[in-house]
Amino acid sequence: MTSPNSTPLIGQYPDASGHFGPYGGRFVGETLMTALLDVEAAWNEAKNDPAFLSDFRAMLRDYAGRPTPLDCADRLSDHIGGARIWLKREDCTHTGAHKINNVVGQGLLARRMGKKRVIAETGAGQHGVATATIAARFGFECKVFMGTEDIRRQAPNVHRMELLGTDVIPVTSGTATLKDAMNEALRYWSGTSADTFYVIGTVSGPHPYPEMVRDFQRVIGDEARAQFLEKCSQLPDLLVACVGGGSNAMGLFYPFLDDPCEMIGAEAAGDGLDTPRHAASIVGGTPGELHGALTYLLQNDEGQIHEAWSISAGLDYPGVGPEHALLHDLKRVTYEGVTDREALDAFQLLCQFEGIIPALESAHALAAAIREARKRPKDQTILVNLSGRGDKDLDHVGQVLEKFRSQNSEFRMGSEQ
Amino acid sequence: MNRITQTFNTLAAANRKALVTYLTAGDPDPETSFAILRAACDAGIDILELGIPFSDPTADGPVIQAASQRALKAGMTLTKTLDLAARLRKEVDTPIMLFGYYNPLFKYGLERLAKEASAAGVDGLLVVDLPPEEAGPLKAALVGTDLQLVFLVAPTTRPDRVQMIAQETGGFLYLITRAGTTGEGGLDVEVIRKHAAEVKAVSPLPVCLGFGIRNGQDAQKLAPMADGIIVGSALVNVIAHAPAAPDLPERMAAKIRDLRNGLDRA
Ligand SMILES: Cc1ncc(COP(=O)(O)O)c(C=O)c1O
Repeated sequence: MTSPNSTPLIGQYPDASGHFGPYGGRFVGETLMTALLDVEAAWNEAKNDPAFLSDFRAMLRDYAGRPTPLDCADRLSDHIGGARIWLKREDCTHTGAHKINNVVGQGLLARRMGKKRVIAETGAGQHGVATATIAARFGFECKVFMGTEDIRRQAPNVHRMELLGTDVIPVTSGTATLKDAMNEALRYWSGTSADTFYVIGTVSGPHPYPEMVRDFQRVIGDEARAQFLEKCSQLPDLLVACVGGGSNAMGLFYPFLDDPCEMIGAEAAGDGLDTPRHAASIVGGTPGELHGALTYLLQNDEGQIHEAWSISAGLDYPGVGPEHALLHDLKRVTYEGVTDREALDAFQLLCQFEGIIPALESAHALAAAIREARKRPKDQTILVNLSGRGDKDLDHVGQVLEKFRSQNSEFRMGSEQ
Repeated sequence: MNRITQTFNTLAAANRKALVTYLTAGDPDPETSFAILRAACDAGIDILELGIPFSDPTADGPVIQAASQRALKAGMTLTKTLDLAARLRKEVDTPIMLFGYYNPLFKYGLERLAKEASAAGVDGLLVVDLPPEEAGPLKAALVGTDLQLVFLVAPTTRPDRVQMIAQETGGFLYLITRAGTTGEGGLDVEVIRKHAAEVKAVSPLPVCLGFGIRNGQDAQKLAPMADGIIVGSALVNVIAHAPAAPDLPERMAAKIRDLRNGLDRA
């Protein structure tokens, strides 16, 4: 579709009870209800308080390094030979991913609420590092829950968090990845909510988190929209972002929802959507409730949650933010799978043609954008959210490329399949 | 009359307290589970909470998490949980509540669940992660059945919410004794006494205390504060400690007799 819904979307969702149409809500045990009602009340006050918003903007500028650049990937676009690809450079932020935007906001809110400790779940470690960072900055005690499988895949980020004074708590329950880290964080919070603030890292979880995290992340789209208009005197034809929980995608998409721009959310298709090894909750899942919200989930017929799989730890989550579920149903955003292999190809192309090492998560968005660019004329523009940098992924990428090479002698570095 | 309501009426008339017990359906495997549940009913429980295993039990501590894992590994499902309830119903009059998380119920279909649970002789439902605000669809599905939907109050719940939940709950009101997840211990008797008195003052229905109760002694201490007590992890631990023991039903019965004796001394 090239034109937006006739009814405006910005400012319409969630409703007062935290629902995005049939999705979202607040499905938690009673022990956590008071904590969530308190966060909601504090957030409703803060979001209308000019002093809070001014602190937020100042800290994004001086601490996080915003605005981030909007950059045309000329050599890559020429190489692909189709539509022009533009990059919103969230990889240039302090700590190297968009996750910092959200934690600055939640950190300010935690301070406003007088909490002394912050906790977080993390997959890739980017959100954990971001939370550890603002904990150091604000003087909070900090605990980050991380699956042991992810601790293995993302060792440099574990080291960073520890340097920043954070207690990294290994989670061995369930599948020992992001969903289990979130389970464990929720359990810990239910015993400590009086003095502890839970910094959720994406637009999932119970109300008000999906709304709050989106509103902290929309700075990506607000900046990109103004920058794009200034540089190109028009809006991009297509926006592309990767979707794990969906925060960098909501951040980019939200300010454009009422504009005539197409949007693609790239979900991690792992080994392929026809295999059980993927993390594509929307294109490969069904509606259900997990971690406090109704949304799309990877689950079996009995409502047991499946293990998600992706080469990218940050996309390795069996659910997705409820607003994406709604945008999918409304057909406002098209969600597509990108396999590990496609993401690795895009990863290498960006390294070779632009001198930018992207996060594996962001490489999924790039792969979807490259796929589209090939199909589109040169006068079209595609804006990609380059959500993070790939330093954390170097070891892992090296190992996987080695494995692919030994499995398949025809696999060439940087080849486009 | 609903069996849960009837049980509380009978107990009140005899000036006795209710022993409500949680066990995960299918733990350690469906057949042994049936034998354990059967023995529990004979050993003097008043209400059975039959746990539906779930992959991501965020309100549970390690003991009940592990029970869910054992049951799922042994092939337990919601359909088989309903079968287990129906089999028990043929043999006992003990009120049976299904106890679980929302997603398996949602996925099963709320209408279908209500119909099949009724047919199986189930008397109530408790959905841990379903606060009254989100319970509209399930309540609608339960209309026309005799199933009670039980809600919980936590130590963190503020007074205006306690009032609201006390009006919403069916059968009885579940009062959580302490913050955190399910598991043994961590009870502060004086704090619980005060909270229980406040909650009982506004609850039109019986109030039962759950979380952390380990044994007959705990039961004896807490029982005077409410209309009954709920025990979960301490019973599940009987299975966890020896999942392959041939005498699990007898071990469970012994544990329950300890709790029952404590209650009856109160
Ligand atoms: C760089 C980067 N991009 C994307 C994601 C996925 O999260 P989300 O979908 O919330 O943006 C992560 C998660 O860790 C990340 O580190």
